[in-house]
Amino acid sequence: MAAAAAMVGDEAERARGRRAALSFAAIAVVLGLPLWWRTTETYRAALPYAGIEGLGRLPFQLAVPVAVVFAPRSVPGDLPRPLPFTDVQEMDIAVNLRTSVTARYETAYRSTTAQEEAALDVATAQEADAGLHLLQDALLGALTVYVVPETSPLLPQGISVYVGKHRSALVRAGGGLATLRTRLQQLTQVMSFTSSSIAAALSDRLPDGQLGPDARRHLKSSLGYEITFSLLNPDPKSHTVDWDIEDAVNRYVQPVLDKLSLLANFSVDSQILYYAVLGVTPRFDKESSSFLLSAHSLPHVINPVEARLGSSAASLYPVLNFLLYVPERSHSPLYIQDKDGAPIYNVEAPASPQASLPLHVDVDMVRVMEVFLAQLRLLFGLSREELPPEFLLESPGNEGLADWELDRLLWTHTVENIATVSTTLTSLAQLLDKIGNIVIKDDVASEVYRAVATAQSAVDELAMGHLHSAFQASKEAVTSSERAFFDPSLLHLLYFPDDQKFAIYIPLFLPMAVPILLSLAKIVREARQQRKEPTKMD
Amino acid sequence: SNLWYLFSHSVDKAWKELSNILSGIFCASLNFIDSTNTVTPTASFKPLGLANGTDHNLLRYAVLPREVVCTENLTPWKKLLPCGSKAGLAVLLKAERLFHSSYHSQAVHIRPICRDASCLAVSWELRQTLTVVFDTFSSGQGKKDWSLFKMFSRTLTDACPLASQSKVYVDISPKNKEKELLEVTPPPASVHEAIVQGDRRTYAVYDLLSPSLFNTSRSLNVQLKWKRPQDSSELPTPVLHAQRYVSGYGLQTGEISTLIYNTHPYRAFPVILLETVPWYLRLYVHTLTIITKGKENKPSYIHYQPAQDRRRPHLLEMLIQLPANSVTKITIQFERALLKWTEYPPDPNHGFYVSSSVLSALVPSVIAMKDMDVEQSPLFTSLFPSLDGSSYFVRLYTEPLLVNLPTPDFSMPYNVICLTCTVVAVCYGSFYNLLTRTFHVEEPSRGGLAKRLANVIRKFRGVPPL
Repeated sequence: MAAAAAMVGDEAERARGRRAALSFAAIAVVLGLPLWWRTTETYRAALPYAGIEGLGRLPFQLAVPVAVVFAPRSVPGDLPRPLPFTDVQEMDIAVNLRTSVTARYETAYRSTTAQEEAALDVATAQEADAGLHLLQDALLGALTVYVVPETSPLLPQGISVYVGKHRSALVRAGGGLATLRTRLQQLTQVMSFTSSSIAAALSDRLPDGQLGPDARRHLKSSLGYEITFSLLNPDPKSHTVDWDIEDAVNRYVQPVLDKLSLLANFSVDSQILYYAVLGVTPRFDKESSSFLLSAHSLPHVINPVEARLGSSAASLYPVLNFLLYVPERSHSPLYIQDKDGAPIYNVEAPASPQASLPLHVDVDMVRVMEVFLAQLRLLFGLSREELPPEFLLESPGNEGLADWELDRLLWTHTVENIATVSTTLTSLAQLLDKIGNIVIKDDVASEVYRAVATAQSAVDELAMGHLHSAFQASKEAVTSSERAFFDPSLLHLLYFPDDQKFAIYIPLFLPMAVPILLSLAKIVREARQQRKEPTKMD
Repeated sequence: SNLWYLFSHSVDKAWKELSNILSGIFCASLNFIDSTNTVTPTASFKPLGLANGTDHNLLRYAVLPREVVCTENLTPWKKLLPCGSKAGLAVLLKAERLFHSSYHSQAVHIRPICRDASCLAVSWELRQTLTVVFDTFSSGQGKKDWSLFKMFSRTLTDACPLASQSKVYVDISPKNKEKELLEVTPPPASVHEAIVQGDRRTYAVYDLLSPSLFNTSRSLNVQLKWKRPQDSSELPTPVLHAQRYVSGYGLQTGEISTLIYNTHPYRAFPVILLETVPWYLRLYVHTLTIITKGKENKPSYIHYQPAQDRRRPHLLEMLIQLPANSVTKITIQFERALLKWTEYPPDPNHGFYVSSSVLSALVPSVIAMKDMDVEQSPLFTSLFPSLDGSSYFVRLYTEPLLVNLPTPDFSMPYNVICLTCTVVAVCYGSFYNLLTRTFHVEEPSRGGLAKRLANVIRKFRGVPPL
């Protein structure tokens, strides 16, 4: 009897023990584990992953508002509808498999007002252009095309399209609507953007090899540029070189930079470097009795000089260096085969050995500045591409840059900015997704939100044709995305090793978990045994 | 390294940008300058050159006592010179000989000056100085003779064509009015006399731009030979010199003492002392004592800015009158703080540096000095400036101090983890056992090995077995 009572007592004890073990395990899992998880996670603010992905997929739509104004007696006969009317033409520029850019030309056809007629009633196209500019309220990106009658004296012989300094052009009528449409298309290619320029702007999304050789030369869009003019004098004992760079910059370069000030901030400085030798020895050519440098050795020439050009540590913006090299007396005169690159200035004075050294050299700034300005335009991608033979482009004169050239730059830079924002944010999102360790603070998250919002507004403005606001929005988007990407707080816990986490938590959790697990194992074993016993016992 | 600058507006952001840009240009770790080592002195630093009446709040001064000068600082310094190291005096500046010296210091000064006498336009003047002390006595077999070739392993060949002046000055001042004690070769074309820091000195001048210098030989190697073996006569002590040291025992308190010596025989003059102490040495200003010749010396101007932990260092500026021929001792006690364990550098037992204090004074000169024209001798007027003929300006830097802070045991986090985990495990384990173990009565067993061993021991003790 006592044994049976002891057995029952034992059973109750064992049941109580089992209940205690199970409740321990339950509390540990239900309360302990979530509490520990919440108190040891890194702070990661939420990011708009959907917005970033959407930005990557967004098809660009570039809308160009064009106004076609018919002077009296120049209206073609085969217009589809009476004036005034609007027409929309879409053109697809395929960049790659996923992205495509659609160009919409919203053409508004109308006839001239009385003031415009008076402005067109002058002798030359330049005066007409100047007069029309006063009447227009041209927004950035918009074009106005004036169709003048075939017999008009404004356009010289053989020229059927005249592109002015501002955002207007004169087209000779004749040939019906079809020729007008072709001329319009060619005109918009010249004055706004071509498919190759847009493709070049989106070049980082293109697979390699699809770009032409010129496309890589253009500068990447940046918030500012620093321009440095350097005079290299390798032999100060023989030449004392004087250049009036301040005056030349104010007269020739500053107007161009003022025109481009909408695009970026510019700062200009100049320096004179002495004992800056070329890396390559030019060879003497007997026929022309001068020294020659071949064009493909030019990159090696720049190398030893580049270390001394300096100032990349002191500037946030990319630096454009323009070098003027005065060759040594022993290497004068010096020419470059296949003229390309830094100009070499030759000492004009005949060097007689009795002349007292050092020779004084006054640099002819006009010649030098011509070359520098041409190179500056080339760097920005403003070169005059192939034009059809009947086009006449007005030279921009003192301003250095025509308004429509600025528009071209703005189109490509806006598109490039949006593409940059999208790639930056996508790679940031991928990085943060993959590495769970990185802390995302609130201000990083707010910068990302701002970048996504401004980029989306830039795309919307582009689709509506407001180039100015689209450009400003794209600049803000680039700034925000760069600020988010390069924030130093992202690196805070990046290199925290995993084994340190184990070293901290295992001594605490293992002694707690082992008894619980052993009790659970014992309970499971007993339960299994009990299930087997009823089948055995009967 | 130290950096000071007078701004015109918006100081703090511009200070950070300036220190970062200079750090990049000179390859020096100036980017470690932040608010914990920057102070705003009120009286010690006045702007050089042209300046409108400026607010001293726009001046910032920072010292990094741990940074040393090395070759990578010399290269950008040389790049600033117009001829670089290709021509002129800078040809001598090759790193492997320059750093083989007892003392090396480089400086760059920029100040606005009048472009011409009418002062209608302002230009920026860039002054670069390089100070090197070669100890030829200890490295040259006990002889005090030296030559340019021995010191720099090269000689001067030509002057920089862009220089308007290029001169070498050799100090040949006779001591104790005895001439013919030393000999300089090649014989100098001219001799320049100047009163430098109250002493009459004679300099031999070699003008690299004069065509007659390189007539005889293509290179110039200045040599100095002593005619008679030098008896160990002492160098004359300067009128103003200072020393600074830390005293005290243990790792809790200490005392910083500064000794300032005025060896002028009969003139007293005031000196401005600027002390910058990092925040982790907590100064007790009520223990500041200034004692001269046994009596207390009260400063006529004190500016004290206490430190803020991890934000600002201590700043103490005083104007102290030094009587003639005296030693002034300035002591202040401090307490060492315990830093957070992440704030210690990788070698915490090396110690923490306290930057040198700056003494600025107008020292009266024993001999009256004549006013020197800036154009004639730009070197002397900039190195040894004097406002009027009777005193000259001196800025002295004392030694930096090395102070040990109490360091924690860096393995403590691991120890703490082990300890707490053990306690938790043991305590939790026994608690768990109590709750979940089942207890039942057990038959006594016959005993095993332990019981037999215990019985053997009991037999030896004479106690009845179990």
